[in-house]
Amino acid sequence: MSIRLTIMDQMAEVAREHGKTLAPLGDDLALLDSGLDSLGIAVLVARLEDQLGVDPFTTSDDVQFPVTIGDFVRAYENGAR
Amino acid sequence: MARAEALSLRHHIENASSDQLFFDRTAIVRVADLNRGTSLNGRLAELVGRSVLIATTGQLTSGLALIELDGVARRITILPPDVDPAHRGALIANAEVDAAVVDGDTSAYFSNLPVVVTCTPQIQPSERGPDGNVVTEWVLLTSGTTGVPKMVVHTLAGLVTAIPPQKFSETTVWATFYDIRRYGGLQIFLRAVLGGASLILSSAGEPIADHLSRLARHGVTHLSGTPSHWRRALMSPDIGKIAPGYVRLSGEIADQAILDHLRAAFPNSSVGHAYASTEAGVGFAVNDGLAGFPAAYFDGVRDGVEMKVVGGSLHIRSPGTASRYVTAQSGPLLDADRFVDTGDVVEQRGDRYFFAGRKGGIINIGGLKVHPEEVEAVINRHPLVRMSLVRSRQSPITGAIVVAEVVLNSAGRRALQESEVRDDILKLCRDALPRHKVPVSISFVSALAVAATGKLARRV
Repeated sequence: MSIRLTIMDQMAEVAREHGKTLAPLGDDLALLDSGLDSLGIAVLVARLEDQLGVDPFTTSDDVQFPVTIGDFVRAYENGAR
Repeated sequence: MARAEALSLRHHIENASSDQLFFDRTAIVRVADLNRGTSLNGRLAELVGRSVLIATTGQLTSGLALIELDGVARRITILPPDVDPAHRGALIANAEVDAAVVDGDTSAYFSNLPVVVTCTPQIQPSERGPDGNVVTEWVLLTSGTTGVPKMVVHTLAGLVTAIPPQKFSETTVWATFYDIRRYGGLQIFLRAVLGGASLILSSAGEPIADHLSRLARHGVTHLSGTPSHWRRALMSPDIGKIAPGYVRLSGEIADQAILDHLRAAFPNSSVGHAYASTEAGVGFAVNDGLAGFPAAYFDGVRDGVEMKVVGGSLHIRSPGTASRYVTAQSGPLLDADRFVDTGDVVEQRGDRYFFAGRKGGIINIGGLKVHPEEVEAVINRHPLVRMSLVRSRQSPITGAIVVAEVVLNSAGRRALQESEVRDDILKLCRDALPRHKVPVSISFVSALAVAATGKLARRV
């Protein structure tokens, strides 16, 4: 499964567990408008680290905080290289 | 009641400029108007010498009431909005509360008190109220305890020890992501009041985009919050609207990543972090851009503050520490040498010290505290579980997050599908616990270490 699909899968899973409804996810959508709050995003980042073996927001020095869904996905795609 | 040795809060606004404003989401107050008016309907005289609970919904009304009441009331107890209503009775009894300041939404709860005064952000002209010349006790509530919060006794003189005697320019605008009814937020409120600066208050439930737009509109220059507050702000597309020159973090461990992110976001700003707690007061500030703090901070007395490490935990003695808890049952707050045990564990690496978590393993998830034992108790209810250990895992978003290690019993080990058992335990947690207490992952282990005390060995 591609990194993008893995992320989308996990977002849906976390939203379901937290009783949240996800907005239609486009790359330009702000992460905080996705339907997940800070806690949801924290859970998502932890799950993705378990699944993909990388947490780009802790390990890399030059990664900016993700603002949009596109930023978020790119951080993982770059981190996996 | 002792005579005041220091100025009451009201004295600090006597020369307030007409440009000093307090903003919240819906109201603007000119601070100087309080010199010729009242937010308490002119009923301050009824509160002289009383033990007053400030129980307003809004932060702005709480702040106005504090200015009018300091030096007048015998005791002020500040009720944060997130305190469980079930604990109100105990708090009122413990602090011998005989009056409350409310705004419309909370008045019904306190109608059995002898005096209930309504506070509004509309300052009404009035004769000058009673002169404030008593040393009022300020009672702040701790967060993170299970059960009734501890009630911590300060005075204004102690609360302001870490505030430099500095008057700000008329363009200075302070703001904080905190609620000013908690220690960290109260420090910002007092800095604005004493320094003659304007202040933008946060509002519960306000979307971060709206809050940042409001900060931008009023021209915020000084902004403070926890690392979790800041991480949330940095994830907002509206972060670019603000450009505070002074950026501060406190209330949680500031790691190097969040300090670097903030320096990148605000390249022309001073970015620093500070350590304080409700009981210990302000410990220190760190302005070298690095996480942790220099080991040299333990040498001698710095700004009146002395620190030492006992059993891994940071101890602080300073004029800014609280004097005691309101009730003796909460235990002594100071040891025989007047040090406060902060319960924050530090460890030395090279010439710096770093925070390593809480003694007793309390986990701080973006400002929400979790006691591992309460999560373990839920997991241990599962019929296939023998024992469990809940601990924190680092998170770049909320600082920490909860994870669990579980030892299954013999029936559990015979279960065919480990993943089904895991899902079942998680469902149990979700049904019984708020979201932030539900483990993000469960790993099955064959055994957990038990210390000589017979308790689970908890690594910090």
